[in-house]
Amino acid sequence: MKRSISYRQALNEAIVEEMSRDETVFIYGIDVADHKRIFGTTKNIPEKFGGDRCFSTPLCEDTLMGFGLGAAINGLRPINVHMRVDFLLLAMNQLVNMVSSYRYGAGGRLKVPLVIRAIIGRGWGQSYQHSKSMHSVFAHIPGLKVVMPTTPNDAKGLLISAIRDDNPVVFIEHRWLYDAVGEVSDEDGPIPFGVPNVLRAGTDLTVVATSWMNVEALKAAEILEKHGVSLEVLDPRTISPLEDAAIVESVMKTRRCIVADNDWTFSGFSAELASRIYSSCFGVLRSPIERIGFEFTPCPCARPLENQFYPNAINIIRAAERLLGMDPVDLSGEDFYSYENKFRGPF
Amino acid sequence: MTDTINLRLYRKLYLIRKAEQTIIDNYENDEMKTPMHMSAGAEAIAAGVCLALGSHGQMLSSYRSHGVYLANTEETDLFFAELYGKSKGMAKGKAGSMHLSSVETGYLGASAIVASTLPVAVGAAFANKRKGSDSIAAVFFGDGAVDEGDFWESLNLACVLKVPVLFVMEDNGLAVHTPASRRHGYESIDNIVSQFNCSVFQSDTTDVESIYELTCRAIESVKKDGHPSFLHLKYYRYLEHVGVHEDFDSGYRSRKEFEEWYARDPVLLQREKLLTDGYDEAEIRGLERAIDDQISRSVKLAQEAQHSDKNEIYRDLSA
Repeated sequence: MKRSISYRQALNEAIVEEMSRDETVFIYGIDVADHKRIFGTTKNIPEKFGGDRCFSTPLCEDTLMGFGLGAAINGLRPINVHMRVDFLLLAMNQLVNMVSSYRYGAGGRLKVPLVIRAIIGRGWGQSYQHSKSMHSVFAHIPGLKVVMPTTPNDAKGLLISAIRDDNPVVFIEHRWLYDAVGEVSDEDGPIPFGVPNVLRAGTDLTVVATSWMNVEALKAAEILEKHGVSLEVLDPRTISPLEDAAIVESVMKTRRCIVADNDWTFSGFSAELASRIYSSCFGVLRSPIERIGFEFTPCPCARPLENQFYPNAINIIRAAERLLGMDPVDLSGEDFYSYENKFRGPF
Repeated sequence: MTDTINLRLYRKLYLIRKAEQTIIDNYENDEMKTPMHMSAGAEAIAAGVCLALGSHGQMLSSYRSHGVYLANTEETDLFFAELYGKSKGMAKGKAGSMHLSSVETGYLGASAIVASTLPVAVGAAFANKRKGSDSIAAVFFGDGAVDEGDFWESLNLACVLKVPVLFVMEDNGLAVHTPASRRHGYESIDNIVSQFNCSVFQSDTTDVESIYELTCRAIESVKKDGHPSFLHLKYYRYLEHVGVHEDFDSGYRSRKEFEEWYARDPVLLQREKLLTDGYDEAEIRGLERAIDDQISRSVKLAQEAQHSDKNEIYRDLSA
């Protein structure tokens, strides 16, 4: 049966279902059990499962990560939550020196079923320490899986997969997506890692986008369709592992590609993806791949500067026009709705 | 020979000392290509604590891990094979000296980043508590670890969550070459830790039986009070920070210091005690010879073993 639910509800359902199914699953981190419940994603979980399985902790990110590692190698399935990915950076020692390589160093005699949820986002003056994405950095590390769902269905199915995975998974959620509503199929269950999702089929140009940039890409596709241009939008969903066959297949068909990453472009996931596409589609491409991402600066606070920092549907439309040799289309009548309208501060 | 606590402790002490002497004797051959952080001088801590932890105990340690590994397992085949980087090592040559482990016997691993196994021990202890296990998780760390944030965070988290963990501070007064006086802006770590909901035990003894008994008390306290114990044990690092040589001519410490500690060397002290306890010289020699033979066999096996095939590099990254 299909139901329409929000992204936050999808995450909540995945956690509740897995905690009900498997009593070794527990969730912890800074303010996980407070009244705000991590933007509502841990709603009712302390009440349903008790304080031993859902609890708020001292502020000690590195130790909380190592704590998860210890619990994981000793038979539990921890979910460690970070309200901002920027806070997770305090745990980079445990994540990169310990968690990612622990099974390897033990000769494979241990498993590390640890989920690290990290929230990314933007807007309302979040400035440069509440606004990063960092998935390129995590994906750079062997031994870490990195997942970045866009739709409620993917949020639920991929979080279930992450919890059931016997390896560390960094699970990155864009805050603006929490209010996104979409259909969820209860029969589908876990969604396997590494399989890109075609969000919109098209013929003229492939846009590969991550996280929120898929919302922008779909908006761009909707507008360009009115001008006779057909965009295909693909969401890799998992940054690592990355199986690029479906992406390559799409670009072989359209022969043009934009990579719109929710991150800085320099030395980032968009470069990895573009390099792979160049390797596989060399000689087929009709134009160079365009990469779209954050300005290569820290994220500024004030709205006009912030709008300059983050790419949007207009950047994608203009890039598509360049690749297709079109004149710029008139965007004056377009409504660039964003979920930001639902998001107000202070946090 | 009656297998008393003191004899069991001596077996561990002698095994560690002899295994490390064998490393020293063979290191120049450049077949063990891994940085050795030697346990010489600290044997009584590993032996006393591991015996007290019992067969259900779990442990994690720093990279100065030979003592803990050998005290926990008393095996040397996997140990030397790993130091020689061979396929028969416990990690098939991927771990080397700094990441020894013996998951099956409770030794959950060692790390080369100072203080980084403390949080892991707290998490392991949390899992034990959740599972209703009576296992105590111990974590061995040097006094350098006390300078790190992970020490304070782990101590605090363990006390908040009331997990059955034993913090074992192996205090040689040095972080690499820097003395505590240049690192600590306080007088007594024991006083500070005692302000946490944590029982503190401390000693500068080199007598392994005393360390064993003190650890038993620390473990009892964990079980009775339901909060962590902190066991602060002093020792003297006989060799350089990393490597198999002395470094008394390098200026940061004196041979005189070493001689004062060596006068109560834990291995020799325990051997004397066995003689006092009524074991005769021949019995002790017999025990030592059996360990010598075990180590010789292990080294030979390690030397003759194959390196892992190249595809091994890809194995064990993911489950």
